[in-house]
Amino acid sequence: MDFMLTKQHEMARTLFKEFAEKEVKPLAQEVDETEVFPRGTVEKMAKAGFLGIPVPKEYGGQGCDPLTYAMCVEELSKVCGTTGVIVSAHTSLCCDPIMTYGTEEQKQKYLVPLAKGEKLGAFGLTEPGAGTDAQGQQTKAVLDGDEWVLNGSKIFITNGKEADVYVIFAVTNVVTDAKGRSKKMISAFIVEKGTPGFTFGTKEKKMGIRGSSTYELIFTDCRIPKENLLGQEGKGFGIAMHTLDGGRIGIAAQALGLAEGALDRTIEYVKERKQFGRAIGAFQNTQFQLADMATKVQAAQLLVYKAAMAKATQKVYSIEAAQAKLYAAEVAMEVTTKAVQLHGGYGYIREYDVERMMRDAKITEIYEGTSEVQRMVISSALLK
Amino acid sequence: MKVVVCVKQVPDTKGGVKFNPDGTLDRGAMLTIMNPDDKAGLEAALRLKDQYGAEVTVVTMGLPKAEEVLREAMAMGADKGILVTDRVLGGADTWATSQTIAGAIRNLEYDLIITGRQAIDGDTAQVGPQISEHLGIPVISYAQKIEIEDDHVIVERQYDDRYHVLKAKMPCLITALAELNEPRYMTPGGIFDAYNAEITVWGRDKLVDVEDSNLGLKGSPTQIAKASDKVRKGAGEKVTLDPAASVDYIVDKLKVKHVI
Repeated sequence: MDFMLTKQHEMARTLFKEFAEKEVKPLAQEVDETEVFPRGTVEKMAKAGFLGIPVPKEYGGQGCDPLTYAMCVEELSKVCGTTGVIVSAHTSLCCDPIMTYGTEEQKQKYLVPLAKGEKLGAFGLTEPGAGTDAQGQQTKAVLDGDEWVLNGSKIFITNGKEADVYVIFAVTNVVTDAKGRSKKMISAFIVEKGTPGFTFGTKEKKMGIRGSSTYELIFTDCRIPKENLLGQEGKGFGIAMHTLDGGRIGIAAQALGLAEGALDRTIEYVKERKQFGRAIGAFQNTQFQLADMATKVQAAQLLVYKAAMAKATQKVYSIEAAQAKLYAAEVAMEVTTKAVQLHGGYGYIREYDVERMMRDAKITEIYEGTSEVQRMVISSALLK
Repeated sequence: MKVVVCVKQVPDTKGGVKFNPDGTLDRGAMLTIMNPDDKAGLEAALRLKDQYGAEVTVVTMGLPKAEEVLREAMAMGADKGILVTDRVLGGADTWATSQTIAGAIRNLEYDLIITGRQAIDGDTAQVGPQISEHLGIPVISYAQKIEIEDDHVIVERQYDDRYHVLKAKMPCLITALAELNEPRYMTPGGIFDAYNAEITVWGRDKLVDVEDSNLGLKGSPTQIAKASDKVRKGAGEKVTLDPAASVDYIVDKLKVKHVI
């Protein structure tokens, strides 16, 4: 068992770190404050190949492994949680299902421009009444000749109004199982921005990741071509769950990055901040807090990297992804909270990065499966 | 079109400078980067690749570890990397370095050679022009803009308050300024490709038309007496005096130091 990263991965980290420090960090505070989507940064990331890291080269991607992708999200999130989730939602939730379930035509038409960063992707599963209970879907799709007709709405969609290509889930049938219970059959679809009948609702005002564009998507007699069905009809729930397994690795990497970023800022701060005539880093309470934070961050990193490696080598990696996300998200919340505490009053002021990081961290315990859902996934495997 | 770019792996001064007990730089213990001027030179070459399909070969001389800087160049888009490394080449000053690089480049076909203006560790700005001299080709230094017109290059050479526009027939050598452009980032996929690619490694035996007496420490006219880190100065002494007394005060201080 070797915990050393390869030279390639080390060099990739250097690249992501350099990009994050130079292009992302200087804008992080402004992006949060103004809630403006960092379009310029997305364009730079597209040019640098960051929007198709795990996509094979023949489909316009970089042909790298999931670990390289996770490290990218991690390094971006160290300085800006918003930028981290933009890449994560685009890659894990839109590129990945098209790469996994798409036909050759769908890959050529949608995956290639997505992986090149010419287009941005999003994913629509959540509805007002269907969050953790994804079976509670109300959005319907009915086949009418050569077109599917979508009606319904999706909420809390990351990259909402900024994306060009959306993977959308809708109920296509209701069947009765052997016990007489009715079951919704869900299917996945690829929907392009600009399709008549596809509009946007209000933009959400959020606690954190405020620069990411979170919108409601509304479908009113939205007609999409029959060939935009992604995967098999009625198999959408499995597609959504598999996609979220990958997505959780991205969010776990985002959470890890936020924790690392907050820890870095805190280490710098406690060396400079003086109270009672000495740097607060000289106090044992500070030292012990930092030791705990650093140890948990390290443990989170190992779980995140293990999950990323599992995605590369295993067909099913739900448990690894759930454990990585559960732990990294809770570590992110704990470490950013402690970082604010160690900053004292300054930590509560927006001028200091840790204030933003703590707000950004909270969502990692909620989206793409709450921590409670991760515990359900993990425990159900234990008790099988 | 074939372009050769000379790059150097230099200490990343952000990571701190470390010395051997004998006063020379402990290169193995320092973080390293591609010399910034060289990176701009590489970017200029890669733009010629984008525009004209130029083939870009990157050459470096250094320890085996300097292979990293070639991988980085290839991850940015360079086609080939050549590492010139040999124990007999160690301790080279600018003269011996330029002899070595010229000896290596004599194996290659080229229309254009691009080097950085100077390396941030030595700051001499001598190696590029010396290579051109050894190879008997024209040099245009301090390039802030490069254009190609048929078999000529048109270069803006920077001065403090103006620039000259110079035209030269290729082959020629250009030394690039960091201000020449904004170097591109490596791509993630490019990094993995670069590590799968082969780096050509040349030793002394591959150098063409170079005398042993011009190589390594023995072939270096420059002898480094000592290198040291910046000495941190104290807060200094503040005095509040009227102008006449201030002059006397300063003159006395300068006399004590034998400056005047």
